[in-house]
Amino acid sequence: MSNSNFTRRGVLKSGAVAGAGVALPTIFTASSAAAYTNEPMGSSVTLGFNVPQSGPYADEGADELRAYQLAVEHLNGEGDGGMMNTFSSKALQGNGILGKKVEYVTGDTQTKSDAARASAKSMIEKDGAVMITGGSSSGVAIAVQGLCQEAGVIFMAGLTHSNDTTGKDKKANGFRHFFNAYMSGAALAPVLAARYGSDRKAYHLTADYTWGWTQEESIVASTEALGWETVNTVKTPLAATDFSSYITPVLQTDADVLVLNHYGGNMVNSLTNAVQFGLREKQVNGRNFEIVVPLFSRLMARGAGENIKGILGSTNWHWSLTDEGSQAFVKSFGTKYGFPPSQAAHTVYCQTLLYADACERAGTFNPCGVVEALEGFEFDGLGNGKTTYRADDHQCFKDVLVVRGKENPTSEFDLLEVVEVTPVEQVTYDPNHPMFAGGNLGACNEGA
Amino acid sequence: MLGLNKKDTRFLLIVIALTLLTPIILQPFPEGSSLAQFNAGYPDLMQRFAIFGIFAIGFNILFGLTGYLSFGHAAFLGVGSYTVVWMYKLLDYNVIWGLPLAIITSGLFALLIGFVSLRRSGIYFSILTLAFAQMSYNLAYSVLTPITNGETGLQVYTDDVQILMGANEPQSPHFFGIVMRENFWVADIGAWEFTFNNGYYFSAVIAILAFYLSLRIFRSPFGLMLRAIKTNQTRLNYTGLNARPYTLAAFVISGMYAGLAGGLLAAMDPLAGAERMQWTASGEVVLMTILGGLGTMMGPVLGAGFIKYFENIFSKINEQVLRQWFGFLPDGLEGAVVWVAEYFVGSGWHLTSGLLFMLVVIFLPGGLVEGGQKLAGLFKRGKSDEDIDDPEHQPKQSPHVAE
Repeated sequence: MSNSNFTRRGVLKSGAVAGAGVALPTIFTASSAAAYTNEPMGSSVTLGFNVPQSGPYADEGADELRAYQLAVEHLNGEGDGGMMNTFSSKALQGNGILGKKVEYVTGDTQTKSDAARASAKSMIEKDGAVMITGGSSSGVAIAVQGLCQEAGVIFMAGLTHSNDTTGKDKKANGFRHFFNAYMSGAALAPVLAARYGSDRKAYHLTADYTWGWTQEESIVASTEALGWETVNTVKTPLAATDFSSYITPVLQTDADVLVLNHYGGNMVNSLTNAVQFGLREKQVNGRNFEIVVPLFSRLMARGAGENIKGILGSTNWHWSLTDEGSQAFVKSFGTKYGFPPSQAAHTVYCQTLLYADACERAGTFNPCGVVEALEGFEFDGLGNGKTTYRADDHQCFKDVLVVRGKENPTSEFDLLEVVEVTPVEQVTYDPNHPMFAGGNLGACNEGA
Repeated sequence: MLGLNKKDTRFLLIVIALTLLTPIILQPFPEGSSLAQFNAGYPDLMQRFAIFGIFAIGFNILFGLTGYLSFGHAAFLGVGSYTVVWMYKLLDYNVIWGLPLAIITSGLFALLIGFVSLRRSGIYFSILTLAFAQMSYNLAYSVLTPITNGETGLQVYTDDVQILMGANEPQSPHFFGIVMRENFWVADIGAWEFTFNNGYYFSAVIAILAFYLSLRIFRSPFGLMLRAIKTNQTRLNYTGLNARPYTLAAFVISGMYAGLAGGLLAAMDPLAGAERMQWTASGEVVLMTILGGLGTMMGPVLGAGFIKYFENIFSKINEQVLRQWFGFLPDGLEGAVVWVAEYFVGSGWHLTSGLLFMLVVIFLPGGLVEGGQKLAGLFKRGKSDEDIDDPEHQPKQSPHVAE
């Protein structure tokens, strides 16, 4: 009799429990209502900037981050607008993207695929980034591109020069503005042949990962087509800092050209070692020994100092270009940071703008909409002249610059001079070219 | 229960509860608040906590019990990852094929390396394992590129054979249709958001099993023998016992744990990279174990969580975030504070975790577990006073089993 719960307290208790039970479904609203991964719901949209802040490409990473911050300012209508004013598409209003304020998160790739993927994952899962961009290593870019494809977000590749990024490992959600190793070879080889003769013997030192391999393959193919001979190709570890042991064997061969398929800190060290071993004064068969660095950047030129003078290479963009877009970019970058931007900064700035513009034109952040807007997109005014985003492999096609280390630099930034602007026709290739074959874009993935 | 005494059962139940409630415990701050930066309850990081917890538990069986310091355990982690990704490429995305095989291959690999390395002890043993691991790393990075895909890392391509692949099978790792990277429930409770992820709970269940197994090993006669080796191997030899089979068994078991952890890494994210085998990764698990508390049950797991938390959370604090935090300060001072603070966050997270590691090793030689015991001692006055008032901070006898 007295064990019943019909006391005032008991009724209140059970009432509260029942009430909570009824209310439960309304509290636990699952957020799977989004149409695609990380659909921006509030008044802002988050982009993920995943760059190397440590490791051999840390300099490039730091410069990329500066450019990203500048691009975000311009998109949000702060600053002088930079290349937004010269960009041929006028969809961007300076009010963020689709009216949403642009915010960003950053991460350190450590120039390692694992760390880069972990960092990109946390951006997607924790911070709700709807687009990931960055990477100063092709290995990392390919790894993160694969991740973005699986997760259903857009990947706008930063500095990645390997053929594989838009070749064997291309993905529907990934886009590359930067040029690639094939283009470097196609642009550089005629200049090399014209200056150094067509019967040279080349020795390659190559960074041992996807970028190095494809660049070596490209340069070997395009120089051999012009009559050069390849004496040897040697792979060096990406993490190496001293290349003396790789330079010594070069002296023992009859090679008269050394091709350094190195980038960033690697290239600075290997070039310095090569110069220390007297390769630049060396004479072989009555001709000067030459060093070639197929992929050049101003940051590397600065690191290498005196050693860079007279050395030929190719680059995606250089701040001394006089077109309207380049000048606008150099001006706003220079005003903010006090020095001119590198090619890494330029390409990631363009990628951010291109992504934002594609969202505006598509009217959505939905990756599939963005992919559609970017495929086959033709634009101008971003510093490289007329450019096309090819639909077959999501690679940008534009002119390539052949540059040389300046003999008499006027300032610490004026280190490279443009030797030749190779027109886009000369560097265009078939999407099924053997160096790019084996890949499959697949379908765009918008996630859930 | 389950062959454990009452105290251990209670301990195991606490661990199970903590593991299962991790998505809630790690998400203490509401979304959108300025402290949300410190939330760690997102799937990728939680998975890493569980996986590196397994790695550290296994490492502790070798290092904590026998005192043999291996500097090459990352090699087994890598072997496990490569095995699982190869199973994806050859069979299909179901992790049921890869994971057991990862344990077997890494076990065989550990048997081989252990057989050679255990001919020496002390520093020579450490150097031998380090050499083997570096060798494996360099092989994976460059020579064995056809098997490991070198620096790019082994990935699954659409043209891989995948002979068991069904028509409607998920295109990412799954366990009989339960897709690892999907969340089975995302709960928005007020301002809080809790993510319950398939992959995390899969790893968590395996981590609990691994923990239970390790608890049984610690309590077994075998575990006692391993401790005897740590205490005085020479004396053990004089009594006519050959210690090598025991150390080899411990080495293989911990290698299998590492292989399992590596396999799980690939089960969460279908990519295996060579840098997983680098010596820094081997060093990391040593740090985890020491930081958490060597030879204790819970310590290595805490250490793993601690290091992974710093790696993933502190490295993402950038200038923008710092400026938000210190925005209330006057301009000049703000600039100065941000400038100093920048060295400790972002890419400088190594500095912060290094400093904390030093503090822990100097003031809490028993690791985080000792810190916890001291805290507990403060509340239970009188019981462990002598522990707290040790002015010389001498290392304690390593506890039998800590809670």
